[in-house]
Amino acid sequence: MSDRAMEILLGNLLRLGVILAGLVVLLGGILELRHHGGDIVHYSVFQAEPWPLRSVGSVWQGVLEGRPYAFIQLGLLLLIFTPILRVALSALLFARQRDGVFTLVTLLVLSILLYSLSH
Amino acid sequence: MSEFELTSLLFLGSLLAGLVGALTGLGGGVLLVPLLVLGFKVDLHYALGASLISVIATSSGAASAYVREGYSNLRIGMFLEIATTLGALLGAYLVGILPKNWVAAIFGVVLLYSAYQSFQDRHKESRPNPRPSDPLAVRLKMESSYPTPQGPKAYKVHNVLGGLGLMGVAGMLSGLLGIGSGAVKVLAMDRVMGLPYKVSTTTSNFMIGVTAAASAGIYLSRGYIDPALTMPVMLGVLLGSLTGARILTQAAPARLRLLFVAVIALLGIQMVYQGLRGGV
Repeated sequence: MSDRAMEILLGNLLRLGVILAGLVVLLGGILELRHHGGDIVHYSVFQAEPWPLRSVGSVWQGVLEGRPYAFIQLGLLLLIFTPILRVALSALLFARQRDGVFTLVTLLVLSILLYSLSH
Repeated sequence: MSEFELTSLLFLGSLLAGLVGALTGLGGGVLLVPLLVLGFKVDLHYALGASLISVIATSSGAASAYVREGYSNLRIGMFLEIATTLGALLGAYLVGILPKNWVAAIFGVVLLYSAYQSFQDRHKESRPNPRPSDPLAVRLKMESSYPTPQGPKAYKVHNVLGGLGLMGVAGMLSGLLGIGSGAVKVLAMDRVMGLPYKVSTTTSNFMIGVTAAASAGIYLSRGYIDPALTMPVMLGVLLGSLTGARILTQAAPARLRLLFVAVIALLGIQMVYQGLRGGV
């Protein structure tokens, strides 16, 4: 596979990721505003988000219960995963090109990324 | 303010932030943080959470076009990401060890100086560096070409290790301060590695999403990411960045440079101000 073909594949992956994430966030936003659009909101004092919005497992639980905030959070998670998937796919494509140096470089980036995500 | 009004206003502001972010390679955070904090009186924690999401949205949205069209240099981006991700880890570790305020203030002054220098050299594109590429760049197959109105144009790659070192600094600053890594990335590729301006900004744009994603786990688990606030920001920035990616193709590099100068000067002032005030 040429670098050019690789660029097109990675570009498509990024596009798919942002469109999917955008649609899920939009769906959550519409659900939320339909019910609470008139509520008064303020963000001048920081209170950490409630626990159900702070981890992957509990966000998924909220989605199954049909909560609008959980849908938005799921879309944001999809957005966060998009560049990570991009790095993972690059590693795979460099390996198929039999480019040892860049397969190694990409795997190194992927492991640093996964390490910092889990800390 | 009602949630509907806030959503609509934030959406419009974020459109602009995404547009500028995609055109400069800096991500949307530079405009978004002051807009949220000063314009909407949003607490800095929520603003940083929304800004982080906006960086990933600008990066992936615009990069989907830049990578397909052949502006971003994949090999350069991937190679330099080693330094930015490691630097980000180091930066997060240095929180509490290095005085953040001083780092912010010094970074701000450096940015103001770079803005001045970039302004002086804004027509540099017309006389490219004639030296041959760095041998390391040749071995790593980094030389490439990018689209111009006159067809694809080949370019050389200089000082790979210098660029790599500065990328480490960029990553460290983003881990420590949570903002501003795009500016150093563009400067490293543009000024140290001598890449064409559009290649520098689009490759930076391609990279900032990965640096930001590395910190996303921490932001999420600390509860900085508010769904109602981030929803219009993410959607607005995404649309803005996709529009920006279309404009970049047509835009003259000198004009893009001028926009970049204005935005990093703004970021420099922000950093000096936050550093002096102690609000990072």
